[in-house]
Amino acid sequence: MVENRPWLTFFTHAVLVIGVIIVVFPVYVALIASTHGPFAMGSGRMPLLPGDQLWNNVVEVLTETRRGAAPFWLMAWNSLWMAVIITAGKIVISILSAFAIVYFRFPGRVLAFWIIFITLMLPVEVRIIPTFAVVANLGLLNSYLGLTIPLIASATATFLFRQFFMTVPDELMEAARVDGAGPMKFFRDILLPLSRTNIAALCVILFIFGWMQYLWPMLVTTDPNYYTLMMGVKRMAAVQDADPQWNIIMAAVVMAMLPPVLIVIFMQRLFVKGLVETEK
Amino acid sequence: MDTKRTVFPSQGLPYLLVAPQIIITLIFFIWPAGQAVKSSFEREDPFGLATSFVGLSHYVRLFQDPAYLASIGRTAVFALAVTVISMGLALILAVAVNRLIRSATTYSTLLLWPYAVSPVVAGILWWFLFNSSTGILPYMLSFFGVDWNHQLNGTHAMILIIVAASWKQISYNFLFFLAGMQSVPQSLNEAAAIDGAGPFKRFWTIVFPLLSPTTFFLLIVNLNYTMFDTFGVIDATTTGGPNQATNILVYKVYTDGYIGLNLGSSSAQSVILMLFVIALTVIQFRYVERRVQY
Amino acid sequence: MASIDIKGVRKVYPGNVKAIHALDLSIEDGEMVVLVGPSGCGKSTLLRMIAGLETITDGTISIGSDVVNRKEPAERDIAMVFQNYALYPHMSVRQNLEYGLKNRGTPRDEIDRRVTEAARILEITPFLERKPRQLSGGQRQRVAMGRAIVRQPKAFLFDEPLSNLDAKLRGQMRIEIRRLQRNLKTTSVYVTHDQLEAMTLADRLVVMNGGRIEQVGKPIDLYDRPASLFVAGFIGSPPMNLIPVEQLRALAGAAMPVLPEGTDILGIRPDGIMVGGSGGIPLSGVVELIEPVGGESHLYVRVEGIDQVLILVLQGRAEVAETERVDFVLPVAALHGFNRESGKRVE
Repeated sequence: MVENRPWLTFFTHAVLVIGVIIVVFPVYVALIASTHGPFAMGSGRMPLLPGDQLWNNVVEVLTETRRGAAPFWLMAWNSLWMAVIITAGKIVISILSAFAIVYFRFPGRVLAFWIIFITLMLPVEVRIIPTFAVVANLGLLNSYLGLTIPLIASATATFLFRQFFMTVPDELMEAARVDGAGPMKFFRDILLPLSRTNIAALCVILFIFGWMQYLWPMLVTTDPNYYTLMMGVKRMAAVQDADPQWNIIMAAVVMAMLPPVLIVIFMQRLFVKGLVETEK
Repeated sequence: MDTKRTVFPSQGLPYLLVAPQIIITLIFFIWPAGQAVKSSFEREDPFGLATSFVGLSHYVRLFQDPAYLASIGRTAVFALAVTVISMGLALILAVAVNRLIRSATTYSTLLLWPYAVSPVVAGILWWFLFNSSTGILPYMLSFFGVDWNHQLNGTHAMILIIVAASWKQISYNFLFFLAGMQSVPQSLNEAAAIDGAGPFKRFWTIVFPLLSPTTFFLLIVNLNYTMFDTFGVIDATTTGGPNQATNILVYKVYTDGYIGLNLGSSSAQSVILMLFVIALTVIQFRYVERRVQY
Repeated sequence: MASIDIKGVRKVYPGNVKAIHALDLSIEDGEMVVLVGPSGCGKSTLLRMIAGLETITDGTISIGSDVVNRKEPAERDIAMVFQNYALYPHMSVRQNLEYGLKNRGTPRDEIDRRVTEAARILEITPFLERKPRQLSGGQRQRVAMGRAIVRQPKAFLFDEPLSNLDAKLRGQMRIEIRRLQRNLKTTSVYVTHDQLEAMTLADRLVVMNGGRIEQVGKPIDLYDRPASLFVAGFIGSPPMNLIPVEQLRALAGAAMPVLPEGTDILGIRPDGIMVGGSGGIPLSGVVELIEPVGGESHLYVRVEGIDQVLILVLQGRAEVAETERVDFVLPVAALHGFNRESGKRVE
């Protein structure tokens, strides 16, 4: 900073500490709850220090299937698959279509661009019923395909790759052509290696996106074998008024939110890049 | 729309390349959206055997329905509150982090991770905190004479979803404000300091005006977020209640259509929301174009 | 190795933008031809049409005996050196050199032999395992040339390869390119907007303007006998003085020589003007500015009655000072006559 003002620096830290407390508080309470036994949480006497029951609670979450949900490990497996398929699918179809739109001139190119663009304007929330009907008619209810395919069309990923390809010098493609590389060889040998960081950053963002999906899996799965974690923990929480086992619920909630949170913390650079660039 | 200076000679290949994306978009986006528009003009008989064209009557009825009009009002309150709260807090935090050098990364990490908490989990967390029998916040509020009960009190329920939705969005806004501030050239700050402006004056006269593209961008994104992505928050906490008090537009589409099976009305609501997203997208892209030129 | 034949080639871009007008040019086997002209004159377009990176609207281009109009760049057996080098950033220098050979299915030992040889010639052997971003501009330039050499193509195409280098390095690389091309005797087409580069590199120089060829010939012939006002102004530095005949006649009176029909502009190189002396058109003017360049001096002289400031090049140091008057002579033998209307030389 330009000048040194100790009181301002102190104030800055104070603001940030309060901010961090606000941000951390709900998760801290959930963590604490997950370390106590079933009877620790009476009215308003929710403990604020960790207990010693974390391991027991985790074991119970992993071994006992709660009412209304599927086995935890199965839901975690489904969430993982869903996130991975959505991530891979979005990246593959977006990078291919961006490649076609930037490196070819063909009749219908602009139309294709606009069709992709339109997906931005039609979030799944506004076309719930007809999309559900399409998936049902295709016989994709209760399947990984039904869970993922309708979510993998992505204008933002296509735009990100398009923007990146436009910054790749024209001469690189010309040199590759002179060197005897056809379109797909150029794509594989030159463009794909150059896109590595962009792909990695997108992977981080899209994995989180896929992991967080809630409404869509809730619509297309009726078979508990296809429940995802987000649905599962909500279903577990929903029956809690009758059966206040908050310690177990919070253990499950913490475990369900852990994978994407760890990704953000440990891949912060890629995460920031992915988030900032997809929104450009 | 640009291509490269030279392009590959093309026969079928580019069509093959765009085909997966286009086919998925047509089947799962365009066609369902078309269906929604179509059925918003139709009425199905009780057995689902025949449909008849009813023109704008679903729309007319919607705008005469006090429940729908109330839902619009609640959505507006919710969207505005979440946008203002989450952007305000995020801006303060971003300004603070931007002042620091050594500890900036640590604070950033601590503030960024809630992005990875899904809306439905955010809902569950805050529901737990506000739960009237075990929650810690009602206990604390009772000392201030507040008898918290979001299961009966509509205002309390609204506050609950506003808090949960804002909490989750702080990280996102923080990140973009911070990125925006870091792109303000340090030399401008230094020049202003030489011109005798103190830190607060510098922020309001130099940094904040230069942040206006970021602020505007976040405004659009946050409106979009509160209108659509908060479905999980609401479904995990109030499910639209009590007595419709938190039944915002997107949740109403779901309850009327998927649960209530009122296809025509739900479709008309979908179409209205689509028009809203289209408007937001157009505004956003017109502005992005200008930003590119700038 | 091969000759390149360009016959009646035109290039029209969408929107009826004509970039090249019915152009003919024959490039002989082993020859270094430099295309030079201001930006937008069509020189790069022509090169890229030879390379196969631009389509040909009309006419034919042959390399060797094959018409290559419909061939992909890779099938034309040419190599190209780009202005920004266009090295593959994620590949090592060695991989960059090998890529084109691998794509052609050249045997492994042959690839190794050629890469080693090219690296030796260009003195880039120590950098073979480095990535392009770890190299300096000059080194990258060498790698880009190496990529062309290993291919042993029928022709090298250079697209302003030196314009990203600083002045000193540019001078060195110019000499190296010339030496390399002489040794390899590979037919080369070289595009530049720098007339000094063009003069020093070319076996034959092609001056282009507005999508047409203004003049083709040995560099020194173009300098001595520019065929048009454009070439006269473009080749040579400082540029040729061009003076309207009527202004000169008014000043010279009886000393004015008899000019061929249609001459209305006279040109004279700055080093053709003689200070003092006799036997030509005597003029006199005020020295506005002197640029001492070292071995010679450039004088900017304003002559009453002539709109243009004349440039004189004197060997050694100038013996006049700024604002002083100087007497000089335009020798008749050093004059070039042009017609204003057609822009052509008048003999």
